[in-house]
Parts: sequence; structure tokens; C-alpha cells
Amino acid sequence: MGSYITFPELLILLPLFAGVVTFFVRSEKNPKAIALISSLMVLGISIVSLFYADNTKYLTYNNANYIWLKYLGASYYVGLDGMGRMLTGLTAVSFPLIFIATYKNKFKNAATFYGLMLLSQAGLMGVFCAFDALTFYFFWELALIPVYFLCSIWGGERRIQSTFKFFVYTFVGSLLMLVGIIYVYLHTDARVFEDGTVATHSFSLASFYHVMLSAGEQQWLFVLFFVAFAIKMPIFPFHTWQPDVYDQSPTPVTMVMSGIMVKMGLFGIIRWLIPVLPLAVQHYKSIVIILSIIGIIYASCIAMLQDNVKRLVAYSSIAHIGLMCAAIFAMNQISVQGVMLQMFNHGINIIGLWIVIELIERQTGIKNISEMGGLAQKAPALTILLVIVALANIALPLTNAFPGEFMMLSGLYKAKIWYAVAASVGVILSAVYTLNMIQKIFYGNTNTVTSTVKEISWNERLALIMIVCFIFFIGVYPQPIIDLTKASATYLLTSFK
Amino acid sequence: MNAIILSAIWGVVMMLGGVFIKNKLVPKYLAVIGLVVIFVAHLNELISKKSLFSINVHNMIRIDNFNLTFIAIVLACTLIYFLLSASDIEKVGPHVSEYFALIFFVLCGISLAATFNTLLLLFIGIEIISIPLYILTGSDKRNLKSNEAALKYFLMGAFSTGIMLMGIAFIYGGTPNASFFIDNFQLGTGKMPVMIAIGLVFLLISLSFKVSAAPFHFWTPDVYDGAPTVFTSFMSTIVKVGGFFAFIRLFQNAFGLIQDQWQLLIVFITIATLLIGNITAVFQQSVKRMLAYSSIAQAGFMLLALFALNDKAKEGILLYAAAYSLATIGFFAILIKIEDYTIDGFNGLAKEQPMVAFAATVFLLSLTGVPLTAGFQSKFFMLMAAVENGKQFWIVIVAVLFAAISAYYYFRIIQAMYFKEATNVIFQSNKPSRFFKSILILTLILIIVIGVYPEVLIGWMYR
Repeated sequence: MGSYITFPELLILLPLFAGVVTFFVRSEKNPKAIALISSLMVLGISIVSLFYADNTKYLTYNNANYIWLKYLGASYYVGLDGMGRMLTGLTAVSFPLIFIATYKNKFKNAATFYGLMLLSQAGLMGVFCAFDALTFYFFWELALIPVYFLCSIWGGERRIQSTFKFFVYTFVGSLLMLVGIIYVYLHTDARVFEDGTVATHSFSLASFYHVMLSAGEQQWLFVLFFVAFAIKMPIFPFHTWQPDVYDQSPTPVTMVMSGIMVKMGLFGIIRWLIPVLPLAVQHYKSIVIILSIIGIIYASCIAMLQDNVKRLVAYSSIAHIGLMCAAIFAMNQISVQGVMLQMFNHGINIIGLWIVIELIERQTGIKNISEMGGLAQKAPALTILLVIVALANIALPLTNAFPGEFMMLSGLYKAKIWYAVAASVGVILSAVYTLNMIQKIFYGNTNTVTSTVKEISWNERLALIMIVCFIFFIGVYPQPIIDLTKASATYLLTSFK
Repeated sequence: MNAIILSAIWGVVMMLGGVFIKNKLVPKYLAVIGLVVIFVAHLNELISKKSLFSINVHNMIRIDNFNLTFIAIVLACTLIYFLLSASDIEKVGPHVSEYFALIFFVLCGISLAATFNTLLLLFIGIEIISIPLYILTGSDKRNLKSNEAALKYFLMGAFSTGIMLMGIAFIYGGTPNASFFIDNFQLGTGKMPVMIAIGLVFLLISLSFKVSAAPFHFWTPDVYDGAPTVFTSFMSTIVKVGGFFAFIRLFQNAFGLIQDQWQLLIVFITIATLLIGNITAVFQQSVKRMLAYSSIAQAGFMLLALFALNDKAKEGILLYAAAYSLATIGFFAILIKIEDYTIDGFNGLAKEQPMVAFAATVFLLSLTGVPLTAGFQSKFFMLMAAVENGKQFWIVIVAVLFAAISAYYYFRIIQAMYFKEATNVIFQSNKPSRFFKSILILTLILIIVIGVYPEVLIGWMYR
């Protein structure tokens, strides 16, 4: 451990610090600026950290380990590996995008709003960096609490009930996970700290990986962990909180939740579930895949029938996450790599969708597709940008989602043919509802509501253009992300065997 | 030792002071000064292991790091209670210095019940705790509800005292060497004799009554609701954890070896307490009554320590004592100042007093058990203790599910404070002063410090 500060600490502490500072700013404009500047700085740090990605050479820049609770064997251990770097990168990219896209929105109590946003960023960064179970659990909850307040204060009219439902769901999940963590912890070996203290057990990720549990124990522990992650993702049948919350939350928060927070569940499965409980994964994997596939088809069907555009996107997100979850449990190199790639892409694409939807809702005040029409005549630039994002949502070739979904489907195909067939139905259905949405919103005749719509302003244009750049760049050349996360995927599969 | 003797002496001083000092403002300062002196003397004992008084207690009192740490926590929480609520104690009635004197006697009782080594001192300790409380409950003399509560508490308390005495008598008769000393029962690990079994169950019942564990909780809501709110705050926190500590020490030291024979009873009581406390709290409209049920629910979690009886449980009960007391005292201090005790009375607090609302939110989050607060650490240690115990694993799952239910009623208040508009005046005459707010912030910082680094407390056990 060196005397300098490391990348993961910077990624966590900078937003945390900026968030706390923001709370005490007494003006409407400044919090916004602080939030934007801090998120851009985080993005800068995240980019710089990519140059030090090689953990064999630069381990000291990427790992920070401090003794936290001596008697328990818990440490504040944060680090970056391939997957962590990809997801912190996603977080670092998303927040500036969100802040830019909503720069002109007015929130009452801007200081509190942006303070909470930055705190949730710190929590998310912490989740993706944690290498110690207790640290992980702390950040897991720290990411939740600000989001609870954000949704409940600035959300729509039914915000209180729907957000509370969300809170209770995730709280139950995380408490069950806590019990699971405790059980695994009590079966770990002793931990010897650098200063010579010995704790009887250890919370470190490495000792979690080494713990030996019987198949029976693993099977019910799997349930405890999986419920927590399944609620967070969410996959069928734990998804019922999601459409309400996405519908009722203020858009920046919806972007955070759908773009990044859902990845916490996938990340949790990859880092904390599969390597710790491999026997149980073997036992449950077909059940999980089948649940995910049911979720894909079910959510896609509901999305087709949705008139409320926000709920439509929410259900489409459930379908996409379901595919990723299924692909993880297909358990082969190509599918896991596909998931890694797709986690990034899904985050970028869905933020793009929300930007457009928020824009339309703010200008027209309606959410229902059937009441819209003809926007293409009024806002051609917006239309072009949205169509690109929407095509990425369908995973057309040349867009970023294509390589990801292709890899995941071929992985599923390797596992069992009919998994891939059933999952592909979901992809087809996604084309149906996405194109249907575009058609009804943008084409056709304008009506009294939509005739007043103006073209997008510079900040939204900037954010969308950046997203479109990502879409094409990764669509054509996904290799950097694949390389970045390759080691994590390989490690996952070796630990599984 | 310091705490027992000094708090008794100071109680007498306060009581006699009440005769000579006519100024109503003086007792408050006298009490705070006295408590600080006791606290410092006690810390000195905790650090140096030497008491100011060298009295031969014939092994009737046992002092170790565990119970010294606990008494330190109790004294610190009481100090915070005084700082937050002393000015509200003044408003209860004319006999201000008596109220403080009674609180000092309770502290003496708690110290005694935390250090006892014989059943006789346990009994005396528990009685010294209880009798002042009967008076404090009824201290609002003109209020019928307060009178009713005091009478109810007294009758029920006397009844449970009788049961406790009977239990002690049975155990005295049942032990091979007819002993009151809890470390000298020589019960062995075999099946316990009938007399011991009866005595144990009687003790269990009476102590369950004192800590309001179901199904012996029926007095709690009425008494907590009827008593003046400042004293409810004291009763439901410091007194309750004091009772728990005695409970756990008794069962660990006296009956720890035969735990497998009575553990199932604890499982039953724990589940019943969690169930009744949490489910009933959900339906309460009055915040005060809701807190009474929530205190029953929290007692259910503390019972997990009794279920587990290992080192983690000891650490857990220390953390729980601190976390639960701090958060509840802080929240009660705010509640006292609020005009309307229904949940709607909290509407719009965040706008009028953002600082107070923020503190209340942290207290409620701590009671719920959200990470970064002391409440999380205490629940975490309790769960760890119960899992480590290894038997009846499902009780842990039940406990966490109830913890999730508890979020429902705690969050209703947060929702009222932040997401609803004020309908009527929140504070009538009793606006929070600057001093009050700074003490709230101190409490809040303590909660977060313990939440992040619980070893500041449990480290004392291993010195």
C-alpha cells in the first residue's frame, strides 16, 4: 500500500465529497455546476485509470486496503479489475450525460437534489469497486437511500407509494443477502492483517471464494443471494416494482436506475454469487435461465400493449436484463463476454431513450403514445437521433447492442438450442414495440398537442450526439470493452469449473 | 462500583436539594453536573480498573469490562437524554428535583442489575429500577391517563416481582449447594431438576415482563402511552436495555451450560415479540404508541442475544444498547416538542426545521437498521451471533423479514416529514433551541460514528 491515493478511492471519494459540499450550497445555479464539474472530473479519472489497467504492473494504483473492523476481519478494500473498470466507466460516463441532458431542467431545492445524485454516484462506484463483503454491503445500501429520497421528493403524483414499494423490495432483498453474507463469513478461514492482528473469520472477497460449503448449504444460500440480485435487476417474478418507479421518478433518477443501478444485480451475480456458490449455480442454472426467458417474453408482450411510453421502456428494460441474466447462467466464454459488453451498451442506450422521452413529456405533458404523432415534422434532428438509439435498442447491426446480443444469443445457443430460440423471440418482439413506438410518436399527422413541440436544445443535442457516437463506435469496434473484461469473464468460468 | 454508589448518593442529594432549593431552574444543572461527575468517575474506573471505594462485597458483585462498558453506555445515553430533554422534565410538574432524583436511583438500580453476582442483588437491582418508574409514570398527577398507567404498571410490576421472587426461591432450593451465587449453581450439563426448571421459567417470565417481551408485553403500550413523554423516552430506552442486560447476564452465567434445554422457549418468545411488536406498530396512528410497539419489536431483536449467548451476542447487546437508546432518545426529544402526536403532526417538518428533520431521519434510519448508522451494526452483530449459534437458523430469516416490516412504520414518519405539506402548526410553544439542535447533531454524529466504526464501543470489552 503506497502513500498516494488510488483510482478506486478517487472514484468513490470525489463524488462523495462533492455531494456533501453541494448540500450546503445556497443557490439554484451552483449545485448544478458543481455536479457537472465533479462528474466530469470523475469521468477524467476513469479515463486516466484505463491507461493503468494492467493490474500486473500497476496493482498499487488500483487497490486500496485499510483495516476497518479488526475483530471481525473486515477491511475497507476497494480495487479495480476489468469488470469493475468497465462498470465504473459506465457510471462515470452516464452521470455527465445525465447532467448535461437535464441541464435546463429546474428542480426545487437544487442543492439537495444534486447532492443526493452525487451521493448515489459514490455508492454505485463503491459497489463496483468493493472487494470486501461488508464494504460491498455498505455501498449497496448507500446507493439505495439517496435514490429513495430522490424519487420520493421529486417524483410524480403517485411517487410515495411506488417508491416505498421499491424500497421495501430492495430492503428485503438486501437483508436476506446480509444473512447469506454472514453465513458464508462464518465459514471462512482466519484473516491475518498486515499489522499482525488475526481475526477468526474474514470478509474479503478472496476468502469468500475459498470457502468450502456443502451442496445443500450452497443451495439455500443461493436463494438468499439471488433474491437480492434478482430484485435489483429486476427479473421475473421480482420485477413488479420497476414500471411504477420508472414511471413516477424524475427522469435523471430514472436514468441512473435503469442505466446503472440494474447493473448492480448483474454485477452482484458475477462477482459475489457464482464464484462463491458454484455447486448451487450448477443446480439452479436451468431454472434461472427459464425464469429469465419467461421474463423476456412476458415483458416484451406487455411492452407491446403499453400505451404509456415510460412503462414501455421499463418493460423493454426488463426484457433486456432478462436476456443478460440468462446469458450469465449459460456459463460459457462468449455469453459472459457478451453480458459484459451489453451491460455497458444497455446503460448508454437506455439513457438515450429516456432523454428523448423526458423531452417529449416536458414539452407536451403527455406520456401516452396514442395521443402523440407527427413529431418528425417539428423536430427532425430529434427524430434522427432517437431512431438511431431505438435501432440500437433493437440491436441492429452497426449499433452497439448488436455484438453484445449476438454473443449472448450464441452463448445461449451453445448451452441449449431452444434457449436461444426462445430468447430470440424476445429480440423480435423488441423490434415490434420499438418500431411501433417510433412510428406512432414521430410519423403521421400532428395534433393540437404535438404541434407546439420545438426542436431540441443544445444540451440535449450534445448528450444525444455523444450517445450516438458511442453506439456507432462500439457497434463497429467493440474490441476494447471485450479486451477489458476478458480476464474477469475467464476468471468467472475457471472458478466455476 | 463508582456508578452504583455515586448515583445513589447523588439521588439523595438531589432529593434533599429539592427541599432547600426553590428555584425551578437549578435542579437541571445540578443533575447534569452530577451525571458528568459520575460518568467521569466511571470512565476512570473503566480505564484504571480501580474504584474510588474499596468495599468488600463478598463476591456479590462482579465487575468486568463487559458490564463496565455497558454502564458507561447507559450513563452516556442518560447524559444525552438530560441534555436533550431536561427542560421538558421541568415542565412535567412542580417537583422537578424529585424527578431527577428518581432517575438517579434508576441509574443506581441499572448499575446494580448489571453487576450482580447473586440472585438477591439481581432482585434488589430490578426493584430499584422499577419503583422509581412507577412514580415517574404517574408524575403527571392531573392527567387521568398518567394515573391509570401508573396504577397498571404498579400492579403488573408487583405481580411480576412476586413471580421473580418465587423463581429465586425455587432455584435456591433446587441447587445442590443451596446458593444464591449465580456462578456457583453447579448445575452441570445434564438434565435440569424440576425445581430448577420451575425457577428458571419463573425468572424468564418475570424478566420478560420487565423487558416487555411478548406474551408479557400487554402493559407496555398503555404505560408508555400514558406516562409523560419525557419519561417514556427514558423508560423505553435506558431502563429497557438495563433490564435486558441483567436478563442476559443471568441466563449466560447461571444457565449458559444448559442452554439447549431452554433455548426453544426463547425462540418462541422472540418470534412472538417480533410478530406482535412489528405487526401492531404498523397500524398505530399515534407516533407515541407506535414507538411503544416499536420498542417491543426492537426487544425482539435484542432477544436474539439471549438466543445466541456467545461473544458476538455480548458485543451485539452493547451495540444495541447504544444504538437503540441514542436513536430513540433523540427521536423522543423531537416528538416531545411536537404539538400533534399523530403521524400527520410531522407533516412538513423538513421545510420548517430542516436540521431537526434530518436528525429525525437519521434516528429512524438507525432504528430501521440501514447501513452507516449504529442501528445497522447492532442488528448485524445480533444476526451474526444468531447465525454463529448454529441452531434454528430460520429464526434469523424471520428476524430480517420483520426488520423489513419495521421499515414500513418508521418510513411513514420520514414520508410525512419530507413529502407532505404542513397542515397545521408543528411547534406551538416549544420551538427547538439552538442548544437543542446542537445536541441533536452530537447524537447524530455518535450514531454515525458507531455505525461506521463499532469498535469504538466493543473495543472496550477487550482491553
